[in-house]
Amino acid sequence: MLRLFFHSQLQLGFAQALVAALSTLLVVVLARRRGIHLESETLIAMVRGLVQIIAVGSILLILLHAPRWTSGILLAGMIVAAGATSARRAKGMPDAFQVSSCAIALGAGSIIALMTSLGVIDTAITSLVPVGSMLIANAMNTNSLALNRFRSDVLAHAGEIETALALGAEARNSVSPYVQASFEASLIPAIDSLRSLGIVWIPGLMAGMLLSGARPVYAAIYQFVVLAMIFASSGLTSLVSTMLIRGRVFSPAEQLLLQPGR
Amino acid sequence: MTYVSAVTNPVVLRAEHLGRTVRDKILVEDVNFELQKGGVLAITGSSGSGKTSLLRLLNRLDEPTSGTVLVEGADYHNIEARELRRKLGMVTQRPYLFPGSVADNLRFGPAQRGEILPLETIEELLTQVGLKDYSRRDVANLSGGEAQRVSVARALANSPLALLLDEPTAALDEAAKLEVESAVQKVMRDQGLTCIVVTHDIAQAARLAEQALVVEHGRIVRAGPAGEVLRA
Repeated sequence: MLRLFFHSQLQLGFAQALVAALSTLLVVVLARRRGIHLESETLIAMVRGLVQIIAVGSILLILLHAPRWTSGILLAGMIVAAGATSARRAKGMPDAFQVSSCAIALGAGSIIALMTSLGVIDTAITSLVPVGSMLIANAMNTNSLALNRFRSDVLAHAGEIETALALGAEARNSVSPYVQASFEASLIPAIDSLRSLGIVWIPGLMAGMLLSGARPVYAAIYQFVVLAMIFASSGLTSLVSTMLIRGRVFSPAEQLLLQPGR
Repeated sequence: MTYVSAVTNPVVLRAEHLGRTVRDKILVEDVNFELQKGGVLAITGSSGSGKTSLLRLLNRLDEPTSGTVLVEGADYHNIEARELRRKLGMVTQRPYLFPGSVADNLRFGPAQRGEILPLETIEELLTQVGLKDYSRRDVANLSGGEAQRVSVARALANSPLALLLDEPTAALDEAAKLEVESAVQKVMRDQGLTCIVVTHDIAQAARLAEQALVVEHGRIVRAGPAGEVLRA
């Protein structure tokens, strides 16, 4: 229907964005009725997301003919931004930004580097940056889930953790059950995506490849490749992040720093 | 105020100018006392007076911002945290048992040092707290009083120098409270164990301890033989 009113692609794009944004308004209104206030957070996130994606699109347009190494700088910038975003979900956790950035760099960065060197990801900037950003974004989400779950579990089980410490347990061991639970919970979205691929959803990348003339079977296989890379980078990120954060919730004298009400 | 017991056994625990201030809030201030081997000290005071904060400083679950504690004459800053906590066993208000059997819980402490607690020792410890033949029971099926007695036995399984009890009966009903109290009394009597009991219950403090400290706003305001201090 929108196509009847908007003939320029740019105008159509903004109209589609507006309609999609209005659908989120429905969620905000429904949440508000239940006493949950998401208004400002949703508005800021949507405006930020739109501005950022337009900015990146414009930069990609400029960089189409730039040397290949520039994609490395772009991806490094994305990792730092992802680390900062993810760290906000770990309120009160010591060194959350360093842990998040390091985990995403090691998790997503190493998979991007490995897959690029093996030729799984094309080195062209138009391929490396979008695919790399997908891995970084998913690693960021996984990291946020892992840190958020770990934080909640430690706060909810401070009594059990301190009991273990009081019985002479090593600090890192006293939080082991919560490290494991956080790791497992953080990977649920990645596992479900892989499991439901093609049945519940056909991702945008495959649709894009089909539209640009790729053979359907190759597009389908490549979509699996991307999801497998997402799973690998997310898993590695969560592993590194939970490993790094577990020691940081304790002082050098093995006292639990993350306590309810402190 | 400093409290020094008249008993002449060797000193197990000595607090020296112990204090903790967090964001300008004084939780514990200039606490001095000493406890001899086999002595039982009650720390009493109203809710929020700093009793639990003081106990947490004693086994270094929290870091003092001033002063220190000497354990058998050694500054506890020089003792590895894990070893210190093994020496000063702690029983909290809620028992926080780990999932599994009663025996699994008793094995936990020694297992941290790579030791396997023999079944006979487990049975002995459980008998001491009135839970004979409970070793195989799942902790999920225990009553509040039974769980707290398992918690006492679990702390004893580490062979501590002293036992720190933080309101061990505060979360229990009257019947369970008496069960736990008599189990603690039996352990103190049979083993001659050095104990510090934090309680807001003056009568309980008088029944369990020979010496007492009364804490208000994080400071010791009265100290001495339990009979005198708790009557005042």
